[in-house]
Amino acid sequence: MAHAATHHEGTNYLNHERGLWSWLTTLDHKRIGILYFITVFFFFFIGGIFALLIRTELFKTGVTVMGPETYNQVFTYHGAVMVFLVIIPGIPAFLGNFFLPIQIGAKDVAFPRLNLMSWYCLILGAVFAVSSLFVGGADTGWTFYTPYSISLKPGVVLMVVGAFIAGFSSILTGLNFIATVHKLRAPGMTMNRIPLFIWALYSTSIIQILATPVLAITLLLIAAENIFQIGFFDPALGGDPVLFQHFFWFYSHPAVYIMILPAFGVISELIAAFSRKTIFGYTAIAYSSLAIAAVSFFVWGHHMFVSGQSEVAGVLFSVLTMLVGVPTAIKLFNWIATLYKASINLASPMLFALGFLFLFTIGGVTGIFLATTALDVHLHDTYFVVAHFHYVMVGGTLMALVGGLYYWFPKMFGRMVNETLGRVSFFFIFAGFNVTFFPQFVLGAKGMPRRYFDYLPEFEHLNQISTIGSYMIGIGFVVVFIAVIHALLKGEKAGDNPWGAKTLEWTTSSPPPHENFLKTPIVTAGPYEYR
Amino acid sequence: MSTAKTRTHHHAHHYESATHEYDTSKQGMWLFLVTEILMFGGLFVGYAYFHHIFPEIFKIGSTFTDWRLGAANTVVLLFSSLTMALGIYYTQMNDRSKARLMLLITILCGAVFMVIKYFEYSHKIHLGLMPGSWYTADAQAVLEHAKEKFPGLTEIPSNLPLYFSFYYMMTGLHGIHVMIGMGLIFWIWLRMGRGWYGKDHYTGVEGVGLFWHLIDLIWIYLFPLLYLVT
Repeated sequence: MAHAATHHEGTNYLNHERGLWSWLTTLDHKRIGILYFITVFFFFFIGGIFALLIRTELFKTGVTVMGPETYNQVFTYHGAVMVFLVIIPGIPAFLGNFFLPIQIGAKDVAFPRLNLMSWYCLILGAVFAVSSLFVGGADTGWTFYTPYSISLKPGVVLMVVGAFIAGFSSILTGLNFIATVHKLRAPGMTMNRIPLFIWALYSTSIIQILATPVLAITLLLIAAENIFQIGFFDPALGGDPVLFQHFFWFYSHPAVYIMILPAFGVISELIAAFSRKTIFGYTAIAYSSLAIAAVSFFVWGHHMFVSGQSEVAGVLFSVLTMLVGVPTAIKLFNWIATLYKASINLASPMLFALGFLFLFTIGGVTGIFLATTALDVHLHDTYFVVAHFHYVMVGGTLMALVGGLYYWFPKMFGRMVNETLGRVSFFFIFAGFNVTFFPQFVLGAKGMPRRYFDYLPEFEHLNQISTIGSYMIGIGFVVVFIAVIHALLKGEKAGDNPWGAKTLEWTTSSPPPHENFLKTPIVTAGPYEYR
Repeated sequence: MSTAKTRTHHHAHHYESATHEYDTSKQGMWLFLVTEILMFGGLFVGYAYFHHIFPEIFKIGSTFTDWRLGAANTVVLLFSSLTMALGIYYTQMNDRSKARLMLLITILCGAVFMVIKYFEYSHKIHLGLMPGSWYTADAQAVLEHAKEKFPGLTEIPSNLPLYFSFYYMMTGLHGIHVMIGMGLIFWIWLRMGRGWYGKDHYTGVEGVGLFWHLIDLIWIYLFPLLYLVT
């Protein structure tokens, strides 16, 4: 398999063309992936600062570093930046863009121009969202619940327009990926041979093109409510604010799977590569991604158990939500079965994968608690919910993102990430994460409501533990940043296949040439033929 | 234009052949149309929901729409779909001058549609039939008008403006799409004048055509929902 590392006259996608302009006008999916890499990590840094500000404010009761008005804005920007500009584009648009075509043996995505346009949509959306800070800001939370969000605030309008435009980035990326997977697979790369990361991205793309347009119209209506007071969601004008919640969650619950499915894909790759063993249950893992995508459209009502929706609807949504646990558990059991009697290499990417299994399981199972209508009445809008979705989004998606970054970094830049730095970052992120969010389960169960600026004195100890944990996560990500810079400047040179993995991207040189492969690969075996 | 030169299209580097590129582009266009349908879908769901709980405001509101103008626009758009399809057909037949004529007629139909829409809008705005809190219509005049069709009516529901919110949002978003569609067809028309497109390469024409048919199709749903409520 090993293409000898004949660096074709020493050129690769990084030095194929030079200059900033060549990057800003590039149609190469790999370079666009790198543009997303920089963008996503920049916004992660911004969103992270907001997160640390929230935790610092909650270190003590009363005013610690900011007043309640500022606090409301800070948690809004934390949520909006992290959801729309970090986690949604994080894995698909960065790692997906870079590796989807390579893993299926294509030269590029189906529509390279559209791909570049998607990146500009994200940037333009971000500019709008950030500009809202200069007109009074937004303080609605990232969910923009009506009628508060339609009380004529210019900041909210700019924020929703920003999210609307960024949404097109997501839609167009999904469209591009579906067409690429359907039409550009290399000879022999049947749908039953595509890597599980591709299956995950494919399922994600289906949600992106089916759900995001509904968010688009919803955000457009919020903007119209603010500008023209059309009254769809305004009880004062005969409208219905709960209709907004239905619209919003019809997108935003599937969006949760836009965030987590690509992470599942990364974990499948990591577990197989570092277990040095054929993945257990390829078909089951592949189709469970599709199953999650399908079920995701029928569970939105579980966000609304206390909104006054009918009891019948509540029961249906409760049962359907628990159904999500089935395909998710199928994945988890298959990963664990892969680990059984494997030759496990505990390199830093694998540590993140194992950390994922641990944290995501907690996140997933607490989701079942919340799907139980009776229990949800007690836990709704408490810190229990905050802890639950951070276990999924941070403990799940971000762990997979960093693991995937370490795993594919040698391929992207031709240099290895320092193993010690990788392990140190894992320690701080994993430990810090549990210190931050586990106490929040307890706080929530005791009744501390989310999004409040202040809390009762008896919650102070657990809040302080949580804040200290958040600083540990902060240190962990600073170490990730140092590890990346160190690897870029001084990293050990990576061979074509430093991990001995079997998927196609490891058969080309590191970094890959402009068109990914010097010769279109012909595929004769599945993606994980280890032993 | 007499010395029509033909430009040959080279398929992009990551495709095996022009057919491969054509198939993929067409699939991409269909996927895009799916997203359009879902975006409008939000408005249709909102319509269904409010129509279910407040059927009377849709009945009363629709008495302020003129079904003749709506029907005229429906005919105009249906006809434009025919000319668009003929535009694609003539491109495939390599007859660019006829194809361009058809595209031009399609654009004109779009313009006629928008002009009729303009008259409808300005009439409503003149009467103060605006969306939401901008609604300023005289209650008595509205009641008199509605009574022509519903003689038993004694008062106008206070949330009648909601009907006009739907009217303006749905036709407005559709109107924006009509204008974008006209722009795209114009772009195709210009390129065809410069020698692009022909029997071997008509992806762009067909893609824009699909978009135009969707716009037409959405109007076919909007027309009865907003004009023919009983």
